[in-house]
Amino acid sequence: MRRAAVPLALGVLALLPFASSSQFLVTLATLTAVSAALGQAWNIAGGFGGLTSFGHAAFFGLGAYAAAILQTRYGLNPWLGLPAAAAVGGAAGWLIGFSAFRAGLRGSYFALVTLAFAEAFRVLANSLDITGGGSGILVALHPAPGNFQFADRRVSYALALLLLGLATGAAAWLASGRFGAQLMAVRENEDAARALGVAVVRTKSATLALSGALTALGGVLYVQSYLYLDPGIAFSAERSVEMLLIAMIGGAGTILGPLLGAIVVHAIADTTRSLIATPGVAPMLYGVVLLVIVGVLPGGLVRIVARHA
Amino acid sequence: MTALLLPAIVGGLLTGGVYALVALGLTLIYGVLHIVNFAHGALLMAAMFGAWLLAAKLGLDPLLALPLLTAAMFAVGWALYRFVIGPVSRGQDRAILLATLGVAVVIDNGALMLFTGDSRTIETPYALAMLQAGPLLLPEAKLIAFVCALLLAALLWAFMALTDTGRAIRAVAREPEGAMLVGIRPQRMFALAYGIGTACLGAAACLLLPSFYVSPQVGESFVLIAFTIVVLGGMGSFPGALVGGLLVGVTENLGGLYLGESLGPICVPLLFIAVLLLRPTGLFGAAR
Repeated sequence: MRRAAVPLALGVLALLPFASSSQFLVTLATLTAVSAALGQAWNIAGGFGGLTSFGHAAFFGLGAYAAAILQTRYGLNPWLGLPAAAAVGGAAGWLIGFSAFRAGLRGSYFALVTLAFAEAFRVLANSLDITGGGSGILVALHPAPGNFQFADRRVSYALALLLLGLATGAAAWLASGRFGAQLMAVRENEDAARALGVAVVRTKSATLALSGALTALGGVLYVQSYLYLDPGIAFSAERSVEMLLIAMIGGAGTILGPLLGAIVVHAIADTTRSLIATPGVAPMLYGVVLLVIVGVLPGGLVRIVARHA
Repeated sequence: MTALLLPAIVGGLLTGGVYALVALGLTLIYGVLHIVNFAHGALLMAAMFGAWLLAAKLGLDPLLALPLLTAAMFAVGWALYRFVIGPVSRGQDRAILLATLGVAVVIDNGALMLFTGDSRTIETPYALAMLQAGPLLLPEAKLIAFVCALLLAALLWAFMALTDTGRAIRAVAREPEGAMLVGIRPQRMFALAYGIGTACLGAAACLLLPSFYVSPQVGESFVLIAFTIVVLGGMGSFPGALVGGLLVGVTENLGGLYLGESLGPICVPLLFIAVLLLRPTGLFGAAR
């Protein structure tokens, strides 16, 4: 009963905006839900798999560009952007993972190689014709459910919650299933897991593919709500860092961690922004919070909740 | 194209000399502490803002500010390890990586807060001066930076090879427990090495500023360049960092020449990925 208290409270909190007519509240809730979904996607690789990535913006950007390019250049229905982005993000996750893990890259080396991939994609997007180069891609405004654009923002919020549910479901599956057990065995001791017959490279690559596909879906939601994309937005280092921060602050390798992390990070961001308008203050605080969490509470905020709940 | 080739190579070598100094700091920190210092780019950016402040507000030429800023950055690095990175990470790999990332986030955004996102440059009497060397026109500022960077690298090598402190740092890097048995305290040497690695950035910032711009974002681009050099040369290798610095400087210029301004920057991340995937030990590194 008490174990269910936190998920239950989060569920009620998530449903509140539907009862509200405040656009501000709905927008805030949507941003938080998307952040939580992206943090959860990072958590699948970085938390459950121990694959600390510094470049998850690579998957976000690939998904966003896939959706934007298919509808603006090829006139496909925007809804098809979802499967396309998931496929591209998953394939990229598999390829980056397979090549890096086969070369034996771990820990910091893996973090750096993901960062380099994101940067390489950013430069590519900046110089190719199909991505519109540095001036980016503008998606025409045409609100209609069939067009994946909604006049009522609560629909966008519902979609963000759906993605969050999908990512959280994947995390729960890892936490309880056979594949997840193998993954966590690899995380704790790669050699021992290999000796027990776990296909180490394949397990880690599949995890990064899953994480990449979910992250790419987040990119599609971004394009469909802002209707604009450029290389800096798609592949920014800040995006990668924010995903990591949310998972680490909330509690990496736990199902509820990214949800808590997203709420806390957005609370910090919105409070500081309303108090001090200078850019940089809120992200600087994220950095401080990360240092405090890593130093004092390595399990993340979820540890506090778990201790008292 | 060939008429442009030689100047591009020479220009790349000149810039590469300063890159090498940046990478020496990074490779020293890695070699001694066995940590990937993700805050390296952010610290370089902070040092460049320091040099910019001294030049723009006090009129101090970056070359005169060099000893001052080198000493100041040593203190910053030492304190950062002693009071933040060391206590926060408790010696765990992932915690160290995340701690240096946290420090980078704080410094990057702190600079954004203090200086806004604008790019800033300074004017020096030698910024536009050129030196005629045969068919080549060499920018004087870059030539001075190159020579100074190599001199400082030699000085650092001499310090590590010839002084007792240098030997103690290397002893800790090789065999921490053995070093403790002969009375060396590893934590002190770690803070010292982190300080020296950061001090390199103070010097590099003063050498870069006359021909570069500074903005809160430059840290991010330098972090990838520095890691590319260090990985290319072999993590922890001194000669590797020197050769890697020159190679990356040339690669960057040739990329700009042949691929154009927008696609050219892809060379550094691609080189980095290729080295990590194909030869993670680098040119001079021992097997991990």
